[in-house]
Amino acid sequence: MSAVRAEESAEPGELEDLESFRLRAREFLKANFRPATMDEMRWDFHASEEEELAEIAHERGLQRALFDAGLAGICFPREYGGQGLTPAHQEVLNEELIGYEYPRRTQIPTFSPCATVLLEFGTEEQKLRHLPAILRGDELWMQFLSEPSGGSDVAGALTTAVRDGDQWVLNGSKIWTTGAWWSDWGLCLARTNWDVPKHRGLSVFVFPIHQPAIEVHRIEMLNGSREFCQEFLTDVIVPDTDRVGDVDDGWTVGIRWMFHERMLYTSPYVTHPIGSTPSRMFSGAVYNVAHEAGRLDDPSVRDMVGEARMLELVSEEMSGRVAERMTRGQLSDQAAALVRLGKAQAQTRICTLALEVAEASGAAWAEDTAAANSAVNFLMRQGGSIGGGTVEMARNVVAERVLSMPRERAMDRDIPFRDVPRSRPAQS
Amino acid sequence: MLVALSEDQEFFRQTTERFLVQFAPPDALRALRDDPVGFDPAYWRQGAELGWTSLLVAEEFGGGTISGPGLVDLGLVAYEFGRHAAPGPLVATNVVASALSAHGSHPGVLAGLVDGSEIATWPIPAFGPRLGEWRTGVELRRDGDGVVLRGSVRPVESAAQAGHFLVSAHDADGDGSRLTQALVPASASGVSVTPLETVDLTRRFGAVAFDDVRLGPDALVGTPGEAAVDVARQFQVALVMLDAEAVGAMQAGFDMTVEYSFDRYTFGRPLASYQALKHRFADMMAWLEGSHAISDASCIAAAAEDEHAGELLSAAKAYIGQYGADLLQDCVQIHGGIGVTFEHDLHLFLRRFTANRSLAGTPAVHRQHIASYIEAREEAAA
Repeated sequence: MSAVRAEESAEPGELEDLESFRLRAREFLKANFRPATMDEMRWDFHASEEEELAEIAHERGLQRALFDAGLAGICFPREYGGQGLTPAHQEVLNEELIGYEYPRRTQIPTFSPCATVLLEFGTEEQKLRHLPAILRGDELWMQFLSEPSGGSDVAGALTTAVRDGDQWVLNGSKIWTTGAWWSDWGLCLARTNWDVPKHRGLSVFVFPIHQPAIEVHRIEMLNGSREFCQEFLTDVIVPDTDRVGDVDDGWTVGIRWMFHERMLYTSPYVTHPIGSTPSRMFSGAVYNVAHEAGRLDDPSVRDMVGEARMLELVSEEMSGRVAERMTRGQLSDQAAALVRLGKAQAQTRICTLALEVAEASGAAWAEDTAAANSAVNFLMRQGGSIGGGTVEMARNVVAERVLSMPRERAMDRDIPFRDVPRSRPAQS
Repeated sequence: MLVALSEDQEFFRQTTERFLVQFAPPDALRALRDDPVGFDPAYWRQGAELGWTSLLVAEEFGGGTISGPGLVDLGLVAYEFGRHAAPGPLVATNVVASALSAHGSHPGVLAGLVDGSEIATWPIPAFGPRLGEWRTGVELRRDGDGVVLRGSVRPVESAAQAGHFLVSAHDADGDGSRLTQALVPASASGVSVTPLETVDLTRRFGAVAFDDVRLGPDALVGTPGEAAVDVARQFQVALVMLDAEAVGAMQAGFDMTVEYSFDRYTFGRPLASYQALKHRFADMMAWLEGSHAISDASCIAAAAEDEHAGELLSAAKAYIGQYGADLLQDCVQIHGGIGVTFEHDLHLFLRRFTANRSLAGTPAVHRQHIASYIEAREEAAA
């Protein structure tokens, strides 16, 4: 099944041409959006809770302004509040956004993968209820996907939904939800059947995050970020009308869900200025460290500055190439794992290069410098190889699904999920 | 290689592919090992008929393109050359042909390049780690109406096979930093070629010395003292071809090794079933797709004479040189002992790749060039 295409929602003749769209976007941004500041180019991990909530409120306002101007949800169908335009229009908007503030927190994961999953699998009622609200900035969504018991083995979810008449009762714990504490809705993968193999007993639900049955804990990361959360679900009641996809067929949804997650930065459903993807910010960081340290005359430093930029350029071009090859059917959707792998390869190396260029300033510092950032970023270097599915999983996917090599032996196939070993056996 | 080819481009690519499958199979390449020329002149003339040497030449000189930007079409040929480790002076002749065509210079030689009867080569000048620091090794001074060349360049592809050299020289006029180009007949008095050894099985290289070579004013190509922009362009054209060939060689080595991993059984199971190897194949494929992507992007930018072409080409040369080496050496490793024997085909591609990696700037120098591009951008923005 392929993503719903924007073109389907409008007759070709009705489409706004790209140039007039560009001018419309340009004029709107000039009149309504502030230029981006350096602070907005990176996450600020030291902001107070009040400051962060104020920024989120501001970004919701930006999203609303885009919506009112007919610039939100470019590739979402018109009947759900979108513009029914094409990926090319989204690309134009992304180009025009360069240099402006933008509603960053309303984009990922709200627009993709959450809204794209709703678009593909939601009922008409669900789409009408949530998509316009998302496009207006009224609903921020989070993914209730990973669990403490297993990150990469997403289909091994233990969070359980038990049917009770026309509603479901959910219990369990989810983790690695970015910003759950300030978000509104969760898209949740849960086990609805323990008596069938693991992929065949899952279902997807949506529910409001802020309710007494859900406890949200913030997790402190090595760089001081407290964006990631863990949630504890205790008898969360979800009406059956808030189930997405068929009962026990949640993995069908999950496969597309994770596809959209891997393709975030080339998604036509996401609005962000071109060049705002994390890899570009990292490459600039290496130059900044070198510039700050006055080391740009050192050939070995120039070598490293160039290497960072090289990796970034290749990573960007590779994302575009693989996306196009998937669109053209030259590669299966599973090849998105290549993009994920390529980005991680680039990011880990770029992180190391920045620290290398920083020399001793990466060990101790007095103020918030590029060198200081390089050290803190280095502590989090593997984050890009872990989050969104580890690179080891991506390598398996590339080898097995793209190159058709034999699958790893699985101990959890073709047996009821309740019989799958989940921990080390007790020592006798 | 490009993701989306037009019908004409795909037909063109397939024509070259079929030709190379028929006339440049691995055994033919091995047979050329001790051939002093490295290719059969009849093969080269037939290739020229297929369009190998005319894509960067204006129609008035007998050239023409398939799709519009000839450099993109030439990238397709170069990719197939790499994928088959094909013989023939593709890089050398095309660089010279594009330069002569751009200046409408030496139409007779150009016609010979286009129909494959003539070979010419551009001794790629050496250069420093900062952009634009050419070290041609050749000085050109005025002598009455004519000019005199003195100096030497190495390595020069097809040096002993070429009838002409397009020489980029430092002009003795002014402060000596300006560049001037001249087309030098190999038969001119004072030109000598010393053959060099190389890793490539069919490409031939030589060291060329110009010992007070006197030429008439008609030898000059372009405006004297103004050739820096031509040299930069020739360098871009050479990089496009060297990279496309390198990616073709990587693809051939990778495909061959994937096949081998399914065929080769050890401890009762195929190599392809071992996770330790599967993960390496995944990394290799990411490098391969990255190499294709940056090669294509830089080729398209260079064809369009985009201002970012130089940076993209350096990124391509640096990335492909670094990760292509890892990829092909991993292919050797996964083959085991047979991978380091002459009888196996894998080395044909490792050879072409290795020669191309070393020509026109190693990864390290291109990474430093990228730093120059960043610096220029940052200074312009400040």
